[in-house]
Amino acid sequence: MINMKEVIETNKMIEKENLDVRTITLGISLIDCIDPDVDRLCEKIKEKIGKKAEKLVETGQSIEKEFGIPIVNKRISVTPIGIIGASACRESADFVKIAKALDEAAKGVGVNFVGGYSALVSKGMTRGEELLIRSIPDALSVTERVMSSVNAGSTKTGINMDAVRLMGDVIRETAEKTADKDSIGCTKLVVLCNAPDDNPFMAGAFHGVTEADEIINVGVSGPGVVKTALEKVRGESFEVLCETIKKTAFKVTRAGQLVAREASSRLGVPFGIVDLSLAPTPAIGDSVADILKEIGLEQPGAPGTTAALALLNDNVKKGGVMASSYVGGLSGAFIPVSEDQGMIDAAKAGALTIEKLEAMTCVCSVGLDMIAIPGDTKSETISGIIADEMAIGMVNAKTTAVRVIPVIGKKVGDTASFGGLLGYAPIMDVNSFSCSDFVGRKGRIPAPIHSFKN
Amino acid sequence: MKKAIITVVGHDTVGIIASVCSYLAEQNVNILDISQTIVNGYFNMMMIADVTEPKSGFSDLVTGLDEIGKKVGVMIHCQREDIFDSMHRV
Repeated sequence: MINMKEVIETNKMIEKENLDVRTITLGISLIDCIDPDVDRLCEKIKEKIGKKAEKLVETGQSIEKEFGIPIVNKRISVTPIGIIGASACRESADFVKIAKALDEAAKGVGVNFVGGYSALVSKGMTRGEELLIRSIPDALSVTERVMSSVNAGSTKTGINMDAVRLMGDVIRETAEKTADKDSIGCTKLVVLCNAPDDNPFMAGAFHGVTEADEIINVGVSGPGVVKTALEKVRGESFEVLCETIKKTAFKVTRAGQLVAREASSRLGVPFGIVDLSLAPTPAIGDSVADILKEIGLEQPGAPGTTAALALLNDNVKKGGVMASSYVGGLSGAFIPVSEDQGMIDAAKAGALTIEKLEAMTCVCSVGLDMIAIPGDTKSETISGIIADEMAIGMVNAKTTAVRVIPVIGKKVGDTASFGGLLGYAPIMDVNSFSCSDFVGRKGRIPAPIHSFKN
Repeated sequence: MKKAIITVVGHDTVGIIASVCSYLAEQNVNILDISQTIVNGYFNMMMIADVTEPKSGFSDLVTGLDEIGKKVGVMIHCQREDIFDSMHRV
C-alpha cells in the first residue's frame, strides 16, 4: 500500500518542483476534409476540429482535478496543411484562409495552439507546399494560435537546400510582419530535419500521414524535479548521478503515461505516445540549465556542457522507456533560450553562444530553439544556420530544428520579450561572415552514407 | 474498489479530523486507513478512502474537501490513488 512518504514526495514534486504534464495533444487527421473549393475546405476543417476536440479541454481539466497534477496545455495537431490544401489553393492567400479557419477552430474548442500549418519537403516541394511556405509570414501575422513547421531534410533524403534558402526569406519576412511585437511570428515557426509524425510539442507538432484518424500524444516535463533529486547526490560518482536521473525520469514519465491512458479512455481516442522531454519554462526552478549547473557546470556553455547534456539526455530516455511502452515524439532535453531562465542568464553572462548551442544540439533533442538574433541578420545567414542544423540531424539520424527570431529593430545587448510560456531573450550575436554563395546553390544536399561511421 | 488518497497539511488545530471525517461520511466515502504525524510543527495526515460511489461524484468531493480545508485553515488534497501507484510502483 502507498505510504505517507511516497504521497508527500509526489505532492512536493507537483507543488514545489513544477512537476506537470506539459501537454495533451490531440492529433486529428484532416485527410477526409480535402475539397477542391477552399471555402468548403475551411468549413469542413472547422466542423471536424469542433466535433473531435469538443471535449478535449474539459477532459484535461477533470483529469487535472482528480489526480491533482497540472496539465498545462491542451493542444491539437492536424495533418500537414501543405497536403490538405493542395487541391484547393491556387495562391498563397488561399492558404491564409485555411490558417484563419484553424485559428477560429482552436479558439472555438479552447486549445491554446493548433500545430500542422506545415509542409514536409525534405526532398522536394509540390506547388501547393511551396505556396504554403510562401504564405507563412501572412498566416502567422493574422492568426494567434496557429503553429507552423517545415521539414526541410532527413537522413534518408538529404537536405532540400531550395527549401532551406526559401525559409531564410520566410523567417525574415515573418519577423518584419510582426515587428511591432518583437517579431513574435517567428516563435511560431520551426524548420526541422527528421521531423517525427507524433510530436506533441509546439511549434513542430503535426499529425503525420502515417497516423490513424485521431490519436492522443502526451508530453511530460519536470526539469525542477530532476534538479531537486540531483541536489541530494552532489559530489557523488557518475553512476549515482545517472541512477538518480533515471529513477526521477521514470516517476515523471509514469505520471505522463497515466494521464495519457486516462485521457485516451475518457475521450475514446487511441493512445499514441508519451514524449519524454524535459521541457523548461521561464518559471524559476523549471530550468534545464539549472540541472546542468547542478551536474557541475558554473554556467551552461562552459567546457563540459555537451558531455553533461549528453549524459542527462540519455538517462532521461533510459528511465523513461522503462515507464512507458510507447515512447515517441522528440523525447529528450529541450534547450530553448527564451523559455529557460538559466539559459537566459548564461547567454547574458556571455557563457552561452550560438556556436556552443549548436554543439549541444548534437546530443540533445531538437535544436537551436527560441534564440533571438539581431534584426539586421541577412536571410542568407539564417539559411546558413538552418543548413548547419539540418546537417547535424541528417548525419546523426536525429531530429534537429531551428526556431530563431530575428528581432527587427534590435541588436546584440537588447532584449526581446514574447510573454507567457515563450519568455524573453537577450539578442545573441551571429557570425556575420557571408555564406550567400553556398546557400545560393540550387538543389539538394544528397543523403549521407551510413557506413564508415567516424 | 476505487481508492483515493486524501492529504491534509497545515497548522494543527482542534477538529481537523472531525470535520474531514464527518464530510466523508456524508458523502458515502468509507475510510480504509489513516496515518498522521507532525513534521516541523505542521500537521500531516493521510487517509486512504474508498471512493467507488461518492454521493455527488468524485469531482465535487475534491471541491468539497478543498472548501473544508479553507474553512479550517489547512490544505486538503484528494487525489485518485493511481497517480501514486504509477509513480512509486514498478
